[in-house]
Amino acid sequence: MDIRSRALEDGRPTLSIRDLTVDFPKRTGSFRAVDGVSLDVWPGEIVGVIGESGSGKTMTALSTLRMLPKRAVVSGSIELGKRRILDLSPAEMRKLRGDRLSFIPQDAMRALNPTMRIGRQVGEPLVLHRGLPVRAAVSRAVDLLKAVHVREPERRVEDYPHGFSGGMQQRAMIAMGLALEPELIIADEPTTALDVTVQAQVLKLLKEIRDREATSILFITHDLGVVAELCDWVYVMYRGKIVEQGSVERIFTDPRDDYTKMLLAATPTLFPREAAI
Amino acid sequence: MNDTVINLVGVTKSFVRGVNAVDDVTLSVARGETLGIVGESGSGKSTLLRMILRLMRPSAGAITLDGRDVWAAHGRDLKGVRRNMQAIFQDPASSFNPRQSIGKILAAPLEVHDIGDRASRTKLIGETLERVGLPATTVSRYPHQLSGGQRQRVAIARAVIMRPAVVLADEPTSALDVSVQAQVLKLFREIKAELGLTSVFVSHNLAVIRQVSDRVAVMRHGKLIEIGTAERVFSAPESDYTKALIDAVPDPFRRFRAPVELESGS
Repeated sequence: MDIRSRALEDGRPTLSIRDLTVDFPKRTGSFRAVDGVSLDVWPGEIVGVIGESGSGKTMTALSTLRMLPKRAVVSGSIELGKRRILDLSPAEMRKLRGDRLSFIPQDAMRALNPTMRIGRQVGEPLVLHRGLPVRAAVSRAVDLLKAVHVREPERRVEDYPHGFSGGMQQRAMIAMGLALEPELIIADEPTTALDVTVQAQVLKLLKEIRDREATSILFITHDLGVVAELCDWVYVMYRGKIVEQGSVERIFTDPRDDYTKMLLAATPTLFPREAAI
Repeated sequence: MNDTVINLVGVTKSFVRGVNAVDDVTLSVARGETLGIVGESGSGKSTLLRMILRLMRPSAGAITLDGRDVWAAHGRDLKGVRRNMQAIFQDPASSFNPRQSIGKILAAPLEVHDIGDRASRTKLIGETLERVGLPATTVSRYPHQLSGGQRQRVAIARAVIMRPAVVLADEPTSALDVSVQAQVLKLFREIKAELGLTSVFVSHNLAVIRQVSDRVAVMRHGKLIEIGTAERVFSAPESDYTKALIDAVPDPFRRFRAPVELESGS
């Protein structure tokens, strides 16, 4: 039985989005970036949202984090557990972010503070949310870096971000995201800027975290290959709408929507079918 | 071998003492062939391409185009080398002058090489735009008014308008959505076949390289790890590194069967 059918039997999803709409006002009328999106992420499930540029996948993720530009007009409902995210005050939202909900962006180098040592930075959520002294937070950062397979973490916590390679920086971001043991990790193209060999390691790490901590992961990507490798359940987005959803198996073996079929056909592969060559 | 178009012997580029960005690379590209160069960041694949393009001088080694040393050429020979070798880069937004219309961008190489008169250039530009699937009105547009895929079509038009022998492409579809990438790759292959172009295609994406290349060179840390037909390199890789690279690719069709329409480029 897959995770989804198991989850459906007992209880509620970690994340539940209903009829989410995001509009950006323009001089005349407005631009609808997200158009009536509903999606669920169940406990311990890795859910992929796949789409091309302009599909609204990132806007859906940012809505959940309440990190949209101010001028965006949002309607619908987003529930994380029992909390209604769109109704929370900015202070309540700040408390939730990092604590129950964490974010791994595409560009770790830009997200990391270049003037703060890695250890202090990875441990920062513990200082801000749990009131830990800096020294204790840094020593916890050593464990977190160990958990994401950074070698010699005792030494590396003293480094600045520029001393880390791209893959290592992304690991540090993931370590920071794990600091408070969140229910849900939202990752927006976290491996897109990485070399394939490094990407493979980071994807393996995310699966490992899910298996170990039963963390739910909402994974935003344009890469069908990454979805096939990592996700349990997939939502396909096109022009602000979800055009198809299903288990990763079903989406790849029996796609029903024309756009999904086109995406599959357009994706170059190392494993072309004999008949197609 | 008189059908060799590009020949590299012992090509090396060192930026810092002791570290070679490209280290003693010897390879050749036959007429009408597409050589794909694949590697991760820092492999030296783009540096190698830039040296062939005469944008960066090798520290050692020789590069010849149709038997002429591209770095020793001067005067008329150099103009010939330049005319015969055109490039397509990843981001045409930064390789086009933003203040020039597409018409002007396409006319520039013709003017520099003194090809045709005004009327015949206009005609050639119109025909070339049509061939890459853009409307004739594109001539009056500016780069920022075009989508990424349209700009890459213009980049292809600019590269082939001179009827060069060789087109060198560096990650030309890496910034595009997959649906647009599929269209641009299809166009690239069609035009290459029509004009009998010889090409070198650099990418980090193994599946893209497989789709466009006749032969494939794998690079790592500046060195040529292996080279062979695309079929052989991907189905029976010789080096451990190539194997590891293939294993690391998150390819949806490793687990699930590819759709039949795959190669039609639809």
